[in-house]
Amino acid sequence: MTSQPGPAASGARKSLRPAKPRWRETLGLLARNPTAAISAVLLVGIILVALFDEALAPAGPNDIDVGARLQPPSGEHLFGTDDLGRDIFSRVILGAAVSLRVGLLAVGIALVIGSVIGLLAGYYGRWVDDVLMRFMDMLFAFPAVLLAIAVLAVRGPGSGNTALAIGIVYIPIFARVTRASVLGVREEVYVRASRSVGASDFRILTRHVLPNAAPPIIVQASISLAFAVLAEAALSFLGLGTQPPNPSWGLMLAEGRGYLDLAWWLAFFPGMAIFLTVLCFNLLGDGLRDVLDPKQRTLMGSAGGENP
Amino acid sequence: MSADVLVSARGLEVHFPIRGQGLRKKGAGVLRAVDGVDLDILRGETLGLVGESGCGKSTLGNALLRLIPSTGGTVDFAGTDITKLSGRGLRELRRRAGMVFQDPFASLDPRRTVAQTVSEPLEVHGLRKGRQARAERVAELLELVGLDPAVAGRYPHEFSGGQRQRVGIARALAGEPDFLVCDEAIASLDVSVQAQVLNLLRRLQRQLGLTLLFISHDLSAVRHISDRIAVMYLGRVVEIGPAEAVGTDPQMPYTQALLSAVPLPHPALERKRKRIVLHGDVPSPSAVPSGCRFRTRCPYVFEPCDDVDPALQSVGAPGQLAACHLHGVVGTPATEPEGVTAKP
Amino acid sequence: MTAPVLEVSDLRVRLRTPRGPADVVNGLSYTVGPGETVAVVGESGSGKSVSVLALLGLLPARVATVTGTALLQGEDLLTMKPERLRQVRGPGAGMVFQDPMTSLNPVLTVGKQLVEGIRAHQDISKEAARRRAADLLGEVGLPDPDGALDRYPHELSGGMRQRVVIAIALSNSPALLIADEATTALDVTVQAQIIDLVEKLQADRGTGVIWITHDLGVVAGIADRVLVMYGGRCVEDGTVDDVLEHPAHPYTRGLLGALPDLAEPAVDGVVPDLATVPGTPPPPTDLPKGCVFWPRCPVRGDARCEHEQPPLAVIGSSAVSLPHRAATWCTEGSS
Repeated sequence: MTSQPGPAASGARKSLRPAKPRWRETLGLLARNPTAAISAVLLVGIILVALFDEALAPAGPNDIDVGARLQPPSGEHLFGTDDLGRDIFSRVILGAAVSLRVGLLAVGIALVIGSVIGLLAGYYGRWVDDVLMRFMDMLFAFPAVLLAIAVLAVRGPGSGNTALAIGIVYIPIFARVTRASVLGVREEVYVRASRSVGASDFRILTRHVLPNAAPPIIVQASISLAFAVLAEAALSFLGLGTQPPNPSWGLMLAEGRGYLDLAWWLAFFPGMAIFLTVLCFNLLGDGLRDVLDPKQRTLMGSAGGENP
Repeated sequence: MSADVLVSARGLEVHFPIRGQGLRKKGAGVLRAVDGVDLDILRGETLGLVGESGCGKSTLGNALLRLIPSTGGTVDFAGTDITKLSGRGLRELRRRAGMVFQDPFASLDPRRTVAQTVSEPLEVHGLRKGRQARAERVAELLELVGLDPAVAGRYPHEFSGGQRQRVGIARALAGEPDFLVCDEAIASLDVSVQAQVLNLLRRLQRQLGLTLLFISHDLSAVRHISDRIAVMYLGRVVEIGPAEAVGTDPQMPYTQALLSAVPLPHPALERKRKRIVLHGDVPSPSAVPSGCRFRTRCPYVFEPCDDVDPALQSVGAPGQLAACHLHGVVGTPATEPEGVTAKP
Repeated sequence: MTAPVLEVSDLRVRLRTPRGPADVVNGLSYTVGPGETVAVVGESGSGKSVSVLALLGLLPARVATVTGTALLQGEDLLTMKPERLRQVRGPGAGMVFQDPMTSLNPVLTVGKQLVEGIRAHQDISKEAARRRAADLLGEVGLPDPDGALDRYPHELSGGMRQRVVIAIALSNSPALLIADEATTALDVTVQAQIIDLVEKLQADRGTGVIWITHDLGVVAGIADRVLVMYGGRCVEDGTVDDVLEHPAHPYTRGLLGALPDLAEPAVDGVVPDLATVPGTPPPPTDLPKGCVFWPRCPVRGDARCEHEQPPLAVIGSSAVSLPHRAATWCTEGSS
């Protein structure tokens, strides 16, 4: 009784289901998580608003109409007007672009620099790890706002520099998250297997380590976006971020502060915009954490009911 | 004889420093995972390497491919000492020698398709130029290991353990290697699937003229697939010889105990069988006993075992070697300086 | 004949999975007598482990539906109240799993865990329990039992840990010991020690043993009777000699043929290829219609194979008290 490779091959053929690309599987799983799905939809909405701000805003952000100053919300001015008679609805829409741009830019800077540092530190270990991570610890030891203020003091205020300042503050966070994730992936057998066929470090890092270490980094990016939007608001509130007359949610909040008892809508609507955006990024981050967890994936997706 | 040897280790050592805690980082001792191994693997043979967990068999397999750096001795692969290789030479070694890993669920990158996994060696070594040529080669390789080439676009989680192990074998074969190390390659598989993979390895070995190092704790499987068997204990090869001889007439007490402990699926035989039950545990590889390293558990221990480290010597069948003083005291005394080898 | 320790009849387990209901155990019946060892053999996914977890109420009720009866010394485990079941688990049935670390608490000393287990079921002083614990550790062959009491699990080797787990399982002199792949993670020499130990303890105490394993070699050494599981069913059972020496079910024969045999001599210096069972076991969510084994079966010698599950029927001339049964339509041509 000798066996041929044939039957095994046919066995392979039989038990297979059509392959689904990974990102589609991820989207599918995300859709099954209602909070994350709603957050994602809302965020897409906010981003669209930010992209088409000029077209959507009923009035220009700096169209001053002193005669119609401090008008409460009405059909004409949905969110009311501020002390200079500017349409708050339009300013909130245009502020979305500023806030999101600063947030994305800041997280982008932190993500790229932080992940590269974390990747190298985690993968090579030893002195590379010691040097890079001690430097990160130093950066981390500064109070975040103080560090950002220092950067802005050197470079001068403005939304571009705000993004840079927030980005620098967040670099150690991404470095740490990436390093921790890489430390786990580095020991995986498939990394050893790749080395055993002669793959270079660069190849292993880019093809195997980074993709598999990515999920926590993606989650961190989503949550950091929330904090970056908040930080931009805080810095603008302090007068260091976006400069007037440009609309930014934080700046509008700061300007509306003086009128809280007189005209609540000045601070309320930009505040709600910040709240909603931050909440959505946070909820999406939580949802992604669940969906990108491979254990979760096998539980929900592939392996049926073998031994529980 | 030497023309037939593909891989040859001489005095191979892999010692790991044991990290102390706190301030005392160094000097906490060494773990002798592989501790002076002399081993010749002949071109075209299947050498089985058995031993219990912690005996260093897996470390030895990795050190022979320089996937773990050795701390002493040499490894000669097809005429070059691989412990001194670098750059291009090392890459060429990676192409000519492959490895099949134990856990088929961990050894494939979950985010890469079967085609991407199997074609990695082709890309790394530039063996097939162009996407089309690589795809054809991948299909060829999948066919070779008994998988339908149509599965190339699928991800590992869609496969059973046996199928994944076939993918792992296809990857190891992609560079057309001469030498394949199978490190517990069937240990994580179900019995019926183990048999499929064992048969596949045997077929591939014959078909491609591979030299195989089959590392396993499963003596029955090793006996089945191997031409020769080497037995390891505490970082040292303590017996080596033709599979038939080692499997039926072992000369080293440790091999005898190991063989007698293997459960056989024959109830009548099992009832009659006398088991040599070894007492105690394997000593830690960071505290290897002086003299013969097996003496703390050996039922036949006698005087020279305490301080003479036995060397492999010819006993039993032709080609069979065992490191045991029962066949005459041969070896290096533990305490005395070299040159004054005592022979009582 | 003395009353059986355990009498399982028509045990069925259905699990809720994301891919629909999975019938993991489909009508399993067997008995374990005092001092008897019944080996349950099967590959992963055969339902062998789930079937005993179900007996002891260790499956989450949220996902598992268990039906049938399982009389442990006359008391049905499956309808028992949770409090009673907890009482029964110590003195009634002890359990040993594959990985000793899953049964041991890493932050408690071996002694604490043993004493805790003993005092949960017996009303004795701490000192007496500690003395008993040391005795037990000596009995399972731990060197320096008194010293071992104050050790933490991670300070012991794998074999020693498994001995501790066995000591805990035996601490309340259970009538039944369930070992689920208890020696699979151990080296053969240590496995031999553990098997010797269980056989000795069993002879001394008359404990009934259920030994779950995939290793037919271990079965041959330890079992009195064997039950082969496939696709959640018992496809063959009988005495260890009947099943291993004269297997009647094509699956049992395939399993034995797939085993590299140390005792098998080479023919003209060539060891023949292993006989293999093609394909892989079916997932419990998608069991085939008809005989569970027919899609992989090399025989398929009957028209009913594809349509009807064969019943477990007595075959050949086996003794009435120790029947050899197989669930197959194709009994003729057994080697």
